Amino acid sequence: MNNLDIKNQATINIEVILLLEAIFQKYGYDFRDYSKAHIKRRILHRMSTSRFSTISEMQHKVLNDEAFFEQILKDFSINVTEMFRDPSFYLKFREDIIPILKTYPFIKIWHAGCSTGEEVYSMAIILKEEGIYDRCQIYATDFNQVVIQKAKEGIYPINKVKEFTYNYQKAGGINSFSDYYTAKYESAILNTDLKKNIVFADHNLVTDKVFAEVHLLVCRNVLIYFNKQLQDKVIRLFNESIIPGGYLCLGSKESLRFSDSFHHFDTIDDDEKIYKRKLHFKR
Amino acid sequence: MKPRIIVIGSSAGGLQALKIIFSLFKNDFSIPIIVVQHISPHSDNYITTYLDKICKIKVKEANEKEIIEDGTIYFAPPNFHLLLEENFTFSLSTEERVNFARPSIDVLFETAAFAYGNNVVGIILTGANFDGAAGLKTIKKYGGTTIVQDPKTAEVDTMPSSAIRESKVDHILSLEEIAKLLISLNKE
Ligand SMILES: C[S@@+](CC[C@H](N)C(=O)[O-])C[C@H]1O[C@@H](n2cnc3c(N)ncnc32)[C@H](O)[C@@H]1O
Repeated sequence: MNNLDIKNQATINIEVILLLEAIFQKYGYDFRDYSKAHIKRRILHRMSTSRFSTISEMQHKVLNDEAFFEQILKDFSINVTEMFRDPSFYLKFREDIIPILKTYPFIKIWHAGCSTGEEVYSMAIILKEEGIYDRCQIYATDFNQVVIQKAKEGIYPINKVKEFTYNYQKAGGINSFSDYYTAKYESAILNTDLKKNIVFADHNLVTDKVFAEVHLLVCRNVLIYFNKQLQDKVIRLFNESIIPGGYLCLGSKESLRFSDSFHHFDTIDDDEKIYKRKLHFKR
Repeated sequence: MKPRIIVIGSSAGGLQALKIIFSLFKNDFSIPIIVVQHISPHSDNYITTYLDKICKIKVKEANEKEIIEDGTIYFAPPNFHLLLEENFTFSLSTEERVNFARPSIDVLFETAAFAYGNNVVGIILTGANFDGAAGLKTIKKYGGTTIVQDPKTAEVDTMPSSAIRESKVDHILSLEEIAKLLISLNKE
C-alpha cells in the first residue's frame, strides 16, 4: 500500500511551516496565519503541477526564483470577484447606509482586498446614482500588485457583462448597466468618470499599518482566508481605521460576532454583515 | 477504530439519497458528517431546514470557523467551497469552481484527507458529473476509508461510476447498506 503514514504527514506539516517562514523572510509576505487547510491545499497543488516531489524541493525554487514566487502568491491570493456580488448587500446598503452618508459633507471610503476592482466600481456606481460620488474619496487596496493594476484599468471580459447586469438590477440599480461601460472587441471598458475619486494602492492587511481613517470600510471575502487570531488582529486594525460612528461591511459569510472586537460595534444588519463602530465605547 | 469524521459528496438526486441514509440514524449517531451537495449559487437553506426536521440528529449549514461538534450534519453553503481544518473547524473559500462546482466535493475531500488522514470516511453518492473522484482517491491515499454508492442503485450513476474508475474503493453499497456500515462504525 502506498498510504501516506502519520510520520509522513507530520513531515509535510513541518515543510508547510518552513515554506511560509521562508516566504516571509525572503519576500515579506506573511501567510503564516492564513487558513491552514487553504494554504496547504494550494501548496500541494502547486507542488504536483510543477512536478516537485517534496515541498522542501519546491522551497528551494521559491527562494531562488522570483517569478516562481509570484506564481505562489497568485495561488494563495484568491482573486475571484464580480460586480455587485451579493446584490442583496448593495440593496440594503442603499436603503440603510446611503441616507446617513448623504448627511456627511465629505465621505472617506476604504475597500480593503479589492482584487481586480469590480467591488469598488459597483460602489462608485451606487454613489453616483445617489448623487454623492463627488463628495467621496475612495481608497481601494490589495496586497497583490497584479490585481491592483487590473483594477486601475477597469476593463473586464465582455462575457461577464451578463452576470454584472443581472446583479446590478437585483442590487437596485436605477439606470441601465450599459450606461456605465463601452464595449470594445472582447472587453467592457468602464467609464473613466467612475475612477475620478478612487485611489488604488498596494496595502497588506497583515503586515501594514492603518491606511486611512474612514467613514466606511468595506472588506468582503478576505477574512475567510485568515485563521481566527489573524482575523482578530485585522479587525482591530479596522476598528482603528473607522471613525467612531462609521461603518464596516464584511462578506456574506463573515461575521464580527465571534471576534474579540465585537463589543466595539453595533450590528446594523446581521444578514448583510453591516456593522457600525460605537460612538463611545464604555467597558 | 471509530472514524473521527465522515464526508459525503452528492449531486443530482442527492437530497433523496441523503434523506434515506440520514433517516436511518438514531440520535446516538455521534460521528460528525460533512456534506457537499451540489446546489445553485442562489439557493436558500431549504435542504438543511428540511433534513433537520426529519432527522434525529442536528442538520445545519457550516459557518466559517465554526467548531465541528459530534452528532451534527453540516452542509457546505451555496457558492462557497468548504474546507476542513485540523482543529475541527471549517474554512470557506470563493476560489474558482472546481469541476464546474462551488462547493466542490474534491475540495472538501482533499482537505479532509490532509487534516484527518486515516480517520476519515469518504462517500460518493448519486450525481451527473465527475466531482469527488479525485478527492476520494486522495482520501484513500491518506489511509482513509472510501465508500461509493452502487451505481446500479443510484438515480444518476455518472458520479459513482467515475469514482470507482478513479481509484480502488473499499465498499460499493446500496444506500441502506451504507447507513448500516456507518452505524456499525459509530459503535466502534
Ligand atoms: C476573494 S477576493 C475578494 C474580492 C472582493 N472584495 C469581493 O468580495 O468580491 C480576496 C482578495 O483579498 C486579497 N488579499 C488576501 N490577503 C490579503 C492581505 N493580507 N492584504 C490585502 N489583501 C489581501 C487577495 O489578493 C484578493 O484579491
